[in-house]
Amino acid sequence: MREPLIQLQDVYKSFGDNTVLNGVSLSIFEGEITTIIGKSGEGKSVLLKHIIGLIEEDRGAILFKGTPIAQMKKAERSALKQKFSYMFQETALFDSMTVFENIALPLKEKTRVPKKEIRERVRSKMQQLDLNDIDGEYPSQLSGGMKKRVALARALITEPQIILFDEPTTGLDPVRKNAVHSMISDYQRRFGFTGVIVSHEIPDIFYISQRIAMLDEGKIIFEGGAEEIQRSNNPIIQQFIMGQESRHDELTGLPPQPQGERRYQQEMARMRAHKSVFTVVILTIENLDVVKKMAGYEAQQASFKRFARRVQEHLRITDICSRLGMNKIMLLLPRTDRTQAEELCHQMAESFKSEGHLEIQAYPGFCFSVSAGMAEAELDQPIAKLISAAESAKNIFYEFKVC
Amino acid sequence: MDRLASIRKPFETVGIRILFIVQELGRLAIFFLKGLRHIFSYPPQFAKFIEQLYFIGMKSVLVICLTGAFTGMVLGFQGYYTLVKFGSEGILGTMVALTLIRELGPVLTAIMITGRAGSAMAAEIGIMRISEQIDALETMGIHSIRFLFSPRLAAAFVSFPLLTAIFDAIGIFGGYLTGSLLLGISPGIYFYRVEYSVQMVDINGGFIKALVFGAVVVTICCFQGYYTHTRKEGFGAKGVSFATTSAVVISSVLILATDYVLTSFLM
Repeated sequence: MREPLIQLQDVYKSFGDNTVLNGVSLSIFEGEITTIIGKSGEGKSVLLKHIIGLIEEDRGAILFKGTPIAQMKKAERSALKQKFSYMFQETALFDSMTVFENIALPLKEKTRVPKKEIRERVRSKMQQLDLNDIDGEYPSQLSGGMKKRVALARALITEPQIILFDEPTTGLDPVRKNAVHSMISDYQRRFGFTGVIVSHEIPDIFYISQRIAMLDEGKIIFEGGAEEIQRSNNPIIQQFIMGQESRHDELTGLPPQPQGERRYQQEMARMRAHKSVFTVVILTIENLDVVKKMAGYEAQQASFKRFARRVQEHLRITDICSRLGMNKIMLLLPRTDRTQAEELCHQMAESFKSEGHLEIQAYPGFCFSVSAGMAEAELDQPIAKLISAAESAKNIFYEFKVC
Repeated sequence: MDRLASIRKPFETVGIRILFIVQELGRLAIFFLKGLRHIFSYPPQFAKFIEQLYFIGMKSVLVICLTGAFTGMVLGFQGYYTLVKFGSEGILGTMVALTLIRELGPVLTAIMITGRAGSAMAAEIGIMRISEQIDALETMGIHSIRFLFSPRLAAAFVSFPLLTAIFDAIGIFGGYLTGSLLLGISPGIYFYRVEYSVQMVDINGGFIKALVFGAVVVTICCFQGYYTHTRKEGFGAKGVSFATTSAVVISSVLILATDYVLTSFLM
């Protein structure tokens, strides 16, 4: 068994008569994103603040690589703190400092990096997060989305090993929200940090987390992968996920993945009863990352949104389409075999080509490429198997080249 | 049983209150000592010290000059009309200089800086507290007391005595304006009396007071801001307003109280 990086053992915390954490046990593994979900006011932020030591537990222990943090010496603890970064719900930017000073502060105060290098590192971080030309502005002059990005830049500047995010996307519009998620997962892949996210964004957050933990009435009632939690039979979890999850994915307007899965079960039942066939198509935008590099995170999300909307417009009335991941859409085509599905995709691609692609038309030479993988369903095949069968039979579906 | 409880109640209330005050004093003392220690901790925060020196010291000079001048002028008037009854208006210089150097200089300077810089400190740190900026410092591993309080305390130790000196000098000149120019005491006698009667021990006493007041004012004001979130009467913006108010009120009262204690030791 893997050893967790951070482990909470039976942590209790109450404020006066109000018990917030009632025996929380949770493991966080290195190099993974763990998301903590739960109702508002359940103490998710309090839990996160325990991990970084802003709040001390009444009882229980928090272990870092097996050593209780409370028993560490002062020097050890402050060395440990250097490995952490924390992104606050309300950003907590220093409002009397400029954006540049805000991002540079952790480096300036806690490291001996020379001034010139600090300047370069801050500049490059700002560039990566689409924060150009606002060095001298103050946080109050920025929009909500920009503030979040400045806070993210400040959290990332020291290249920490562990980053704790307290509702990083609350109050942002769907495009920006997905842009922040995409940024987090992007950086996580690039730098391999361990992330802990407190979030309400279901199911968006499932796309980028490896592990989900649910906090309910002061206890962790679930720990496991994103797929496991969606299949959990626990009524509290089911009710919560269904309640949080909107009928449509906010970004694409498509039904979210769990709904797609439910429809899959219905189709499977029909197959069993009437021997009808159906085909699953997975559309993957192959170079969504390149769009980000050219035009930024927001343009990336906007172009995904537009693509999804177009796909939906071209579907037949019985077809079902749902979002499968950061750059994937799943189509479920009832009473359609593989040949018919190919024909349908071909027609769709033809009409896309004639319509052009707005978001990327300013970048000559760029080729927007979407692949389609399809597989016909077999009786009683689990959805995960069918999806992977479809993905392994990928073909270029549509390419749009900007001239 | 009920009667017993009702008898116990007032004692409990007083007890809780006293415990709270003792706790608060302890916290204040720890806060001050931590701040004092981190003035000398490595690496030095020189830029922040200069910034605070400018804010507390330099920016208070005009206010201190104005209050110093008017206080001196009023002392000149009052002193003259009292002394003239005994025919000893010649010692006006002594009266003005000693009153200013021993008492009014340090006290009024401290009270003026409380109003100008102390309230600003409490509000600034209070807002940083309620918007989680202090927590943000802690998560970065930055010692928040060292970062926020130590430079201010160090700046107070330098600027309070200097501002007091300016206050005294301008005040003595103000006494000359009313005493000599307006009411006709010979300037030679006025300044001779000032020079003759002021001893080094008076000046030292005044400076000791200024140093103590500096520590009191900055500690109280920063402490009130720093612990804004623990106030029971109000949260958020209200909490900051309470913190600012009590910072000014407590500082002013404590200035006068410690002045009494110090005077009784120094005399």
